[in-house]
Amino acid sequence: MAKVIEVDIGKCMACKACELACAVEHSSSRDMHKIVKEGERPGYRINVEAYGRNAVPINCKHCEEPACVAACPTGAVHRDKAGEPVIVDQERCIGCHMCVMACPFGVIIVSTDGKGVLKCDMCIERLERGEEPACVNACPTGSLKFMDEEDANRAKRMKVAEQMVSAKEQQ
Amino acid sequence: MAKELKHADKATQEMFKRAQQENLETVWDRYEEQQPQCGFGTLGLCCRHCSMGPCRIDPFGDGPQYGVCGADADTIAARGIARMIAAGAAAHSDHGRDVAHTLLMVARDPNSDYSIKNEGKLKAIAAIYGIETSGKDIKKIAEEVALASLEEFGRQEGEVKIATTAPAERVKLWREQEIMPRAVDREIVEIMHRTHMGVDTDYKNIIRQGMRSAIADGWGGSMIATELSDILFGLPNPLKAKANLGVIDPDYVNVIVHGHEPTLSDIIAVVSMKDEMKKKAEKVGAKGINLGGICCTANEILMRHGIPLTGSFLQQELAIFTGAIEMMVVDVQCLMPGLDQAAESFHTKLVTTSPKAKMPGVEHVEFHEDKAVEIATNILDMAIENFKNRDNSRVYIPDESEQLVAGFTTESVFQFLGGKYRSSYRPLNDAIIAGRLRGAAGVIGCSNPNVEYEESTISMVKELIKNDVLIVTTGCNASSCAKHGLMKPDAAFKFAGQGLQEICRAVGLPPVLHLGSCVDNSRILLTLRNIVSEGGLGDDISSLPVAGAAPEWMSEKAVSIGFYFVASGVYTMIGHPLPMMGSKNLDRYLTEEIEQEVGGKWAWEIDPIKAAHKMIQHIDLKRKELKLKPMMYEQVLQPAV
Repeated sequence: MAKVIEVDIGKCMACKACELACAVEHSSSRDMHKIVKEGERPGYRINVEAYGRNAVPINCKHCEEPACVAACPTGAVHRDKAGEPVIVDQERCIGCHMCVMACPFGVIIVSTDGKGVLKCDMCIERLERGEEPACVNACPTGSLKFMDEEDANRAKRMKVAEQMVSAKEQQ
Repeated sequence: MAKELKHADKATQEMFKRAQQENLETVWDRYEEQQPQCGFGTLGLCCRHCSMGPCRIDPFGDGPQYGVCGADADTIAARGIARMIAAGAAAHSDHGRDVAHTLLMVARDPNSDYSIKNEGKLKAIAAIYGIETSGKDIKKIAEEVALASLEEFGRQEGEVKIATTAPAERVKLWREQEIMPRAVDREIVEIMHRTHMGVDTDYKNIIRQGMRSAIADGWGGSMIATELSDILFGLPNPLKAKANLGVIDPDYVNVIVHGHEPTLSDIIAVVSMKDEMKKKAEKVGAKGINLGGICCTANEILMRHGIPLTGSFLQQELAIFTGAIEMMVVDVQCLMPGLDQAAESFHTKLVTTSPKAKMPGVEHVEFHEDKAVEIATNILDMAIENFKNRDNSRVYIPDESEQLVAGFTTESVFQFLGGKYRSSYRPLNDAIIAGRLRGAAGVIGCSNPNVEYEESTISMVKELIKNDVLIVTTGCNASSCAKHGLMKPDAAFKFAGQGLQEICRAVGLPPVLHLGSCVDNSRILLTLRNIVSEGGLGDDISSLPVAGAAPEWMSEKAVSIGFYFVASGVYTMIGHPLPMMGSKNLDRYLTEEIEQEVGGKWAWEIDPIKAAHKMIQHIDLKRKELKLKPMMYEQVLQPAV
């Protein structure tokens, strides 16, 4: 079972370290100081949105049946193998933005130069090196976690179990 | 894109709508753009004091609990707060230093454009410093007072002398607690030293140095700023004036002074009233010069000359958007860096004047006190010259302004209660003792887009006066009260409880008293001291049935002000808490334990009505401790104790 980026919005501090790390990871130099100095705009593939006083990180879900892949006329947005991240082949992208329109989460972003799109690739190169995605690695509170979906589910079930037991003990 | 401003005065609502229609960016738009704001900063859990960092403490307990150096949440949060105090105290005190330099110049330069306008106060301050005045030339006294004041900043031994004018019990307590300030600059420097990597890590000890620095501000730098300004520019007296954007007059050359120091703005006020300037303005087709103010510069010239108050901190861009401002002259503090973008969208000429506050690409006309009138005249000439560039098709001035009475001081305000011939604080103390007044509250501070503009200020003040609590105010909070009509004598009959109404009726006072700019919070300190020395309400400020609040605070100056009120023994309420809530220990210290040490404490409450009620409950507690009589009239909020 593939790992997913789990988001616990209760722990998000809105520091936007995930956005920054995403931009650095997807830059040409991967050097923050150089990016700033040279004016490169790698863009964010994860966004921390404000809803009232809550901060909510929103990122690609890498859906089982991705609307973006279905909408893409050139096959640029694709998935190599089942269980792998949905990625964009920039060579094949014609900049029609169909995927942007199709995505129900609004996480495929028109790139900063207006040509092509930016989309979470789950830091596929980092994964190959056995590392976590850059946003997860940067998150200081564990609001973003890279984990096996079933492990995440089990953790949630354990929390519910704990609540039920403590409720029973109080009775 | 931003929301509606439902609670703001009508002029602001109208101009804000206009700004949105015209796609003019405001502080509220930029606030929205910044959402969500970083929780580590909000909680005071990030540290950038050395390059082993930056470090963050995880408030949920899963991530790191120590910075690289080993500092925990308590240390990091306390150091952050202490540095805010240092910056706030520095801003107020540097302002005080500039006024002292001006006084010294007046004493030494026979051709100075300034003069000694208040010899009585000069002699009173001389007495504090032990300066002999009898038979001495007034300029000689001024020189010695100026030098003695300047010594307060850099003294190497002893104490800030003007702080010893606090009640004797208070001074004794400060000395026992080892927080009696030694010199203004020294305490600020010591904060910076202690919060450097690897120095003070005891959060209580850090905050105690913060309090010492804050006392050096309120009972030092700020007090010097107020007192010496009264000597140089005259003691304010109650006067009628107008407030809000509606004071901008399309027929005139409109000039706005904005910032904090009175040295330039007072001269501009005087020069703008000259016939010669009126004639120059008439030559370009205007009826004259119409001067207005924003922020505390406004309060300084409102208090002394009755110059209209154009607006508060959050209205600085809106004033330019009226399209009818020929010039905005700024000095220091609370100048939004976004002003130049606002001015670029119109013909408005923005001019910086202080060597401490320049803006890239903005014309800088440096102000020098020794050529005050010449420079002020040049600046006004530039404004008149700019009148022809006004695009009348873009002029849009909301027809909203409000009457107010301003110009109250420690010396004048409460003595009115006693009448001209037997002026004393006795009637005020008696009113509190007899239960006609429940107590008094200082509601002060800034305005901040992180709350509904003016909602907290106005509803808190109304709730307090409804319960017979007399209000003193300063700074941008005063501007908000003025714009909402709370500074007219008849406001008492609309909003105040019966006891407060009786007092306002007897002496013609509004229920909300304007005491000046934010450095003039020192007037509130001295008022509290005078109430103590009048007798009958305990022998220290901490025993008085009073409270302080800054519901819409924004600046580091407000943090220093809050701490000097707490250190003076006052229960001090703010809306959004200080950025340190990531440390539970520090929160408990500031809102509970600190009271054991200094008699005052902090409180945080966003809901302005609940906040007002907590303040009243504190006042009730003090009334009970003093065994004062029950309230004379039935109260809306029943006494809790």
